[in-house]
Amino acid sequence: MNSPERSRSLFRFAAPHNFYPLAGRLAPWFATAALVLTVAGLWLGFFVAPTDATQGEVYRVIFIHVPAAWMSMFVYLVMAFWSAVGLVMNTRLSFIMSQALAPTGAMFCFVALWTGALWGKPTWGAYWVWDARLTSQLLLLFLYFGFIALTRAIEDPRRADRAGAIIALVGAVNVPIIYFSVQWWNTLHQGASVSLNKAPSMATTMLLGMLVMAIAAWMYTIAVVLWRARSMILERERHTEWVGAVLEREAQGGRA
Amino acid sequence: MLEVDDLACLKGDRLLFRGLAFRLQAGELLRVAGPNGVGKTSLLRLVTGLALAEAGEVRWQGCPIRRDREAFHRELLYLGHAPSINDLLSPLENLRFACAAAGDGSDEEACTQALVRIGLANQLDLPARVLSQGQRRRVGLARLFLSARRALWVLDEPFTALDVKAVADLAQALSDHCAGGGMVMLTTHQDAPFAVAPRVLDVGAYAC
Amino acid sequence: MLSTFLAVLRRDLLLAWRGRADVLVTLAFFVIVVCLFPFGVGAEPNQLRAIAPGVLWVAALLACLLSLHRLFAQDHADGTLEQLLLSSEPAALWVAAKVLAFWLSTGLPVVAVAPGLALLLDLEQGALPVLVLSLALGTPILGLLGAVGAALTLGLRGGGMLLALLVLPLFVPVLIFGAGAVEAEASGTGAAAHLLLLGGGLAGALALAPWACAAALRISTD
Repeated sequence: MNSPERSRSLFRFAAPHNFYPLAGRLAPWFATAALVLTVAGLWLGFFVAPTDATQGEVYRVIFIHVPAAWMSMFVYLVMAFWSAVGLVMNTRLSFIMSQALAPTGAMFCFVALWTGALWGKPTWGAYWVWDARLTSQLLLLFLYFGFIALTRAIEDPRRADRAGAIIALVGAVNVPIIYFSVQWWNTLHQGASVSLNKAPSMATTMLLGMLVMAIAAWMYTIAVVLWRARSMILERERHTEWVGAVLEREAQGGRA
Repeated sequence: MLEVDDLACLKGDRLLFRGLAFRLQAGELLRVAGPNGVGKTSLLRLVTGLALAEAGEVRWQGCPIRRDREAFHRELLYLGHAPSINDLLSPLENLRFACAAAGDGSDEEACTQALVRIGLANQLDLPARVLSQGQRRRVGLARLFLSARRALWVLDEPFTALDVKAVADLAQALSDHCAGGGMVMLTTHQDAPFAVAPRVLDVGAYAC
Repeated sequence: MLSTFLAVLRRDLLLAWRGRADVLVTLAFFVIVVCLFPFGVGAEPNQLRAIAPGVLWVAALLACLLSLHRLFAQDHADGTLEQLLLSSEPAALWVAAKVLAFWLSTGLPVVAVAPGLALLLDLEQGALPVLVLSLALGTPILGLLGAVGAALTLGLRGGGMLLALLVLPLFVPVLIFGAGAVEAEASGTGAAAHLLLLGGGLAGALALAPWACAAALRISTD
């Protein structure tokens, strides 16, 4: 194969090439932070925060539900951002980032729906209510599925990258429209339902617990995305010299 | 002038060729050669701007084709592997549409003459699905007679499925285009009686 | 500039006319899907009247979805798409022409037979003009959004299912406002707001979707 200098000018490997070790060094730190913050957040949420006057103990699910719901929406925006960067600057790492984000976003989306259902059963008396928030969340999950399915269905990585970027951007433009339309539909079809953030006067510890959990979700996302991006880089650039060297080094490290 | 510099082509995750460079001056006929699968069609598609190069640049009259795609495409005629013939339309309808879509005039009289000249006088109004492979190819090639003002002709295997006389006619038309200051870039596996022997670009020399 | 637009429009309409069996199949699908509902939910007139707007809209949406894959498939297979991409005219222009031809040959017949089907479901007759208007405003949006999906899934294995997965979530707002308009009219609250939103959506889709679709086509033919 060609020399590293040549491949840098030819294939813009420079970024992934530098990114790979950097991501490897950073990811464990983010993962540790995520673990510590999750433990702290859960402790705050389940042992310190007071019992809610109207909803009892059930409300404690919001310490997982709300950060997951925030995260699922935010991850989609970040995905769309990286997609736009990738299309404009033609940088391969941007596409890798947006594809590495998608499964985590979908996971948070699913967690938000699941915990929403668990909370809904005792509160509304049903696991699923066509509430505006839940419905938007469900459609967001479908958008994630579409993105993941499309990027997986296309075999040529370059086409997959760019096609995924287009659908992520189209989705991002549509997310507010979907949210608005579902809200509109919801108000027409049923009366106002009990809403999570109408919980009267949240105690400071509740807010703190939610905040800590949200930051933990952030840290988790960053760590997982870095790891996923690393393995995607290895897979895509397996023919290059530096990946060969990395694999050899890791194999030796494993034996030692 | 067409300038190609340091071109690299990636197919899937396989690098077909890299470092490919050439110049094509007015009046030149360039034959792209190489064994099957070396990337001849891919090179033509890169030159037309249909495909995105992994590295390198294609310039037309000094300007990268990505920057002013429309100006380049006004000067370009590309006939690919697929003849771009719709089975439900007649040769005349197909040709008129191809010209109109490309932005050339789609004058019925001129299109009819082009089809007659290429030997399809009796098939003008038949649906294209009853045509033979060679006849379909001719419908596509008829555009050559209507696109003389387009300086750069990029042709992918134009001689395939043509009979001997048609090959000679086509070679003559290509030579005429070059003699008039045009440029032709083509791939072919068969020898054609060109007036001047074409320059040869061997893609295999840049293969990875 | 207009000549490319008109050439593509004329050709696609001619092709739709020569292959009109496809259009009839789409229409038959629309009719049959609507006719399935009474068997599924029972023929009680009040109930049918209540679900009629939603049923008609969902059926129209599915009929549109099922014909979307035809939009670029043939042109992709025979090389016409490459020639169009090499045109010196802006790609968004002929993409718009193709979507318009698609709508005229698929959406418009659906809009035309919808009132007849509405009578089968005993929809209030006063709401029929709103039904037609909402479909006439809404189905072009479906075509425009669907064109982006069709362009992205061009030539993929299992492209039809993937196309559905990609575009159906995007169709939800159109469905909400479209069916909502008919329902609002039938219940006497007036459909003006819904129809305005649909019109706004159509304007937005017209402004953005052809560009996105053109970009997607370039990516898919790369």
